[in-house]
Amino acid sequence: MKRWLIGLLVACFALSMFGSGQLEIFSWWTGGGEEEGLLALIELFNEQYPDVRVINATVAGGAGVNAKAVLKTRMLGNNPPDSFQVHAGEELTDTYVITGYMEPITQYLKDWGVYDKFPPSIMEICSYKGEVYSIPVNVHRGNVVFYNMAIAKEIGMTSAPRSMDEFRYYLQKAKDKGYIGLSLGDKDKWEAGHLFETLLLSTYGPDRYNKLWDGSQSFDHYALRKAFERLASLVPFFNSDHAALTWQDASRLVYEKRAFANIMGDWAEGYFKTMGWEPGVDFGWFAVPETQDTFMVVSDTFGLPKNAPNRENALRWLQFIASVEAQDTFNPIKGSIPARMDADYSKYDVYLQWCLDDFATLALSPSIAHGSAAPEGFATAMNDVVNRFITTLNVDQAIQGIFFAAEDEDYTIN
Amino acid sequence: MRKRKNKLLGFFVVAPTIVAIGIFVYGFISWTIRASTANWNTFARLASGVYESVGFRNYERLFQDPRFQTDLWNTLFFTLFFLTGCLIMGIFLAILLDQKLKGSRIFQNIFLFPMALSFVVTGTVWNWVFMPGTLPGNPAGINVFFGLFGLQSLQWRWFTSTDSIGNFNFALIPVIIAAVWQLSGYTMAMYLAGLRSIPDTLTEAARVDGASAIQTFWKIKFPLLKPITLSAMIILGHISLKIFDLVYAMTGSGPNNVTDVPAIYMFELTFRSNRYSLGSAISVIMLLMVAIVIVPYLLSTMRKEA
Repeated sequence: MKRWLIGLLVACFALSMFGSGQLEIFSWWTGGGEEEGLLALIELFNEQYPDVRVINATVAGGAGVNAKAVLKTRMLGNNPPDSFQVHAGEELTDTYVITGYMEPITQYLKDWGVYDKFPPSIMEICSYKGEVYSIPVNVHRGNVVFYNMAIAKEIGMTSAPRSMDEFRYYLQKAKDKGYIGLSLGDKDKWEAGHLFETLLLSTYGPDRYNKLWDGSQSFDHYALRKAFERLASLVPFFNSDHAALTWQDASRLVYEKRAFANIMGDWAEGYFKTMGWEPGVDFGWFAVPETQDTFMVVSDTFGLPKNAPNRENALRWLQFIASVEAQDTFNPIKGSIPARMDADYSKYDVYLQWCLDDFATLALSPSIAHGSAAPEGFATAMNDVVNRFITTLNVDQAIQGIFFAAEDEDYTIN
Repeated sequence: MRKRKNKLLGFFVVAPTIVAIGIFVYGFISWTIRASTANWNTFARLASGVYESVGFRNYERLFQDPRFQTDLWNTLFFTLFFLTGCLIMGIFLAILLDQKLKGSRIFQNIFLFPMALSFVVTGTVWNWVFMPGTLPGNPAGINVFFGLFGLQSLQWRWFTSTDSIGNFNFALIPVIIAAVWQLSGYTMAMYLAGLRSIPDTLTEAARVDGASAIQTFWKIKFPLLKPITLSAMIILGHISLKIFDLVYAMTGSGPNNVTDVPAIYMFELTFRSNRYSLGSAISVIMLLMVAIVIVPYLLSTMRKEA
């Protein structure tokens, strides 16, 4: 017995010594289609590299709240995973790139011949000072309105509203019929922030909105006030119990034919499908009015930490997930689109095909609530301001709150 | 010689504990206090490890922050009503059970049982109970129940309500109910032990002197229960000042932070916004609040023992 135990210990030690056989992937993909997608990826990876043992290190918790905290401790303690999931943009840059925890991978991407397979604007979101630091595996669209087709028919909506006024006209009609106009579930706060950022995008427009984050566009523009006024004009259409619900609950209100529409990222589309709804038959969608020319990007990426224990395998993993094969395996399962432009169109449903088209042609803007546009501190502060605003409807106070948050990040406010 | 040996042994037995507490409690408290005076309000500054004092700037910012002000008011009212609720329910149940009626043992266990649940479980269950639904058409939770009995006037938005009197947010009421539900059984157990330790001779003497049951209670039993009330207040008080899990699982911060408490804000600032120094400052403030309650008690018990 004892000898057997010693043998096991020696074996473990040997394994950790000759770590070339391992690869630790850190993520918060623990539920639903995400987990299935990740497992399918790992399986495909193992087909190509059968002798690499993949350690699937996940930390549960929506939007990665808990995983991010665990990752920070590991990075600070100089114990990084070989590669980890992170939202494209500031969530990686502000936290790990500026502080020197990451390796640039531009050269590798060029060597593998995939650098120009991604749209330049998404590579820009993943870059800092001209160097790319992470590879996007999937793309979600943030500025989408999902609606119940049956209710749309009842209120006579035949084409997607192009302007906010038109949108509010239909919301009012739905409300008159006794439905909730626009369902919201902001128990976790970011949902309200998510709604607000789409309105910011609609009032600033993609150019100005994208310039907010490098300081070349001031927050002190009438568009900020207008965005809050737009939000205020939507508040009467919310369900009164929004503060008790999560985003799933809010989508469910649309599914149960109690609410007409819901503004959410297109993970909601995956949620509708798991409940048995068919895109284009049971539910419809359109871009948030006055943001039709923009694609709000929420993208998960993987990067290469310095001192990755199994650097060779980490590079193999990165090369693998950058391949069109891996992206077309993962995304149809997760319900998102690949970040590459040469994906296999036929593998995606009607909704995702619409997304693929828009992704290839529209201006891309980073999301605030999902960590791409601004550091996490700004996102939390913004969510807080919006949460307060929905109750108080005090525009001046809210603008002041955004100014304070922007000042903390050295953005331009005048 | 032997005595000396014993003393030495005793020291070695206790030493690891002292060292562990020294590092993991007092060491970390001092570290948090130091962090609260630094400018570590981004991950980069924390990772650089350079300590640069900003004095009490973080505290200043907190006390100017409307959310933190709301948090302090919420803590005050929550503590006040939670303590009163638990003490009243506790003593009431204890008196009932002390009548030694048949089956009181079973009820004793039933009342004590909620304490065995974790706050997260309690929070989730009471979240379902007080889930308001969209009124008036589609009530949920307890509002359905009111609807069935024609009590529509009692249907309310519960923890999503933004009504208040002064600084007291009504949305706290459901949270207080849940907390009282969980801990009044515990208070009852404390009072029950107290009541049972009162010697029968005292109550009998009172009866012989012609005191009524009510008089016996107020003039004899209640004064004797004073130390129990004090202990209960301190135990419950420090729970309510630090409360996190119940509120987090049940309501979150709520609309306009109506059910927010300092611990939730601390968690969000530290682990979501990377504002480590601000988060530490909240921790220190919470420690001070608890210390105000506990230190006088510790001092008084120490004096008694000495």
